[in-house]
Amino acid sequence: MAIVPIPRKPLSFAERSYLPQIASGLKITLKHLFGPNETLQYPEQRPAIPPGYRGVPTLVRDPNGREKCVSCQLCEFICPPKAIRMTPAEVPPGSGREHVEKGPQTFDIDMLRCIYCGLCEEVCPEEAIFLQNQYSMSGYTRAEMVNHKDRLLELGGTRPDTHFKWDKKKAAEEAADAHH
Amino acid sequence: MDSFFQLNPVLQAVIKAVAVICVMFPIAGACSMAERKVCAWIQSRPGPNRAIPPLFRWVPVLGPFLQRIGAFHLMADGLKFLFKEEPVPGQVNKLYFILAPALAMIPALSTITVVPFGAYLDQAGGVVPLMLANVDVGLLAVFAVSSLGIYSIILAGWASNSKFPFLGALRASAQLISYELSLTLSVLPVFLWINAPGTAGTMSLVRTVAFQSQPGFWGGAWFIFIMPLSALIFLVALFAETNRQPFDMPESESDLVGGFHTEYGAFKWALFFVAEYSNMIVGSSVFILLFLGGWNPLPWIPLATLSGWLGLGGHPVVLGAVSVLIFLGKVLAMIFFFMWVRWSVPRFRYDQVMKIGWEKLLPLAIANLIIYAVGIAVIQK
Repeated sequence: MAIVPIPRKPLSFAERSYLPQIASGLKITLKHLFGPNETLQYPEQRPAIPPGYRGVPTLVRDPNGREKCVSCQLCEFICPPKAIRMTPAEVPPGSGREHVEKGPQTFDIDMLRCIYCGLCEEVCPEEAIFLQNQYSMSGYTRAEMVNHKDRLLELGGTRPDTHFKWDKKKAAEEAADAHH
Repeated sequence: MDSFFQLNPVLQAVIKAVAVICVMFPIAGACSMAERKVCAWIQSRPGPNRAIPPLFRWVPVLGPFLQRIGAFHLMADGLKFLFKEEPVPGQVNKLYFILAPALAMIPALSTITVVPFGAYLDQAGGVVPLMLANVDVGLLAVFAVSSLGIYSIILAGWASNSKFPFLGALRASAQLISYELSLTLSVLPVFLWINAPGTAGTMSLVRTVAFQSQPGFWGGAWFIFIMPLSALIFLVALFAETNRQPFDMPESESDLVGGFHTEYGAFKWALFFVAEYSNMIVGSSVFILLFLGGWNPLPWIPLATLSGWLGLGGHPVVLGAVSVLIFLGKVLAMIFFFMWVRWSVPRFRYDQVMKIGWEKLLPLAIANLIIYAVGIAVIQK
């Protein structure tokens, strides 16, 4: 690479007087003065959440309205700030999902600890936990900032599912074919 | 109206002075909100537009409009400044610390006494200016009193007994003294022109306006057209004198925290602010009187012509109000210009400020004075 000397032209008189520069600056600011606002009036107007946004982690239900979490505790183990705490329990008989065998009795995510890294979503083998669009969490006490299972399911709602893994397993069991 | 003129002259003067302060103080206060709004609009933001008392929420059109322009934020600000705790830091010299904001207000408000802000025509068709004290020294009084404002800044910086205010005050004093020279020199051609040989000498601002209200092409031209360089120097020096961007060395919050008022809070700080805006109002008024035709509506159209068109010759009160409105409109336009420049031009460095003041503006002002002095001597013989 050859060195290309760029001639530094001396400033013209107009440039040295600085007044044309100020005038052009004033022209630009005047244009903005009458231009449109860029501000989002936040509580009334909400930003559009792009797909893939990592908001508050939530628990989801499958299209049949059943909890998907099987309480494998992978999210609890992977969670870097240890925000997730759960108590695994047997699925009570008569609920129609006994074949799943295991489900969370309690599931707490402490939003004061959560760092929204999304590892829980990534590690979940059941596609039961998702970081969704909810971005604004507030509360007056520490206790309020812990999302319990009911709240998590309420926030999560239902996500489309194509696998219906446990339904297939149940169907296979009923057809007495364990190796479906 | 007649009963007013039968009052004791002292009482009349007091009433007039209170009336003028009652107009000026709220304008100076409202300027702080205007500043925030203009800044916001220039930066493509809506600015403060939230505060609204419940009572106004139910007023259909006016309520939302006042909310949008931030009128209630202004009141909220005022109330906050009045009621919040007044901190007096431990290290300060209490007497001077408290004295400084008061000293800032006194020259800021007292200069308005010699500034004419309107006029009406008497029975004979002569122009009678509306002002508190029609003194012959006019502009000289404005310069003399307004330069006292620097003492409040120095006092504030010194009494605060900490480094940043002290540096701010030092810069302020150096800057104000430097630019005062150019300011004074730039207006001399105007008064050389007015005080033709054989006429009674005057520094009166009323005379400058009278000169810009004469018939004919040269008579009706505002001085900004006859002496553009003087007007430019005066304007630049005015920015420096009122500590406005790009010359707001005393504050320059990026390198001096808050400059001379770093240690101030609550109402004392607000007083500095109002004093700054009052200085701007008076400075703009003087600029308008000297170079922008005072209360004349347009160049080559003096107030007397306007009153002839509107048939206001026999209504001195209406004409007076019209002239005050015209003048006030020009002042507000000037203040808008101050704000517009503030949010467009970056702050100069301190050495640049000194360089502009001493090496550029002052020689320019002197050259301008000499050229006009020779020119005026040739024209007026």
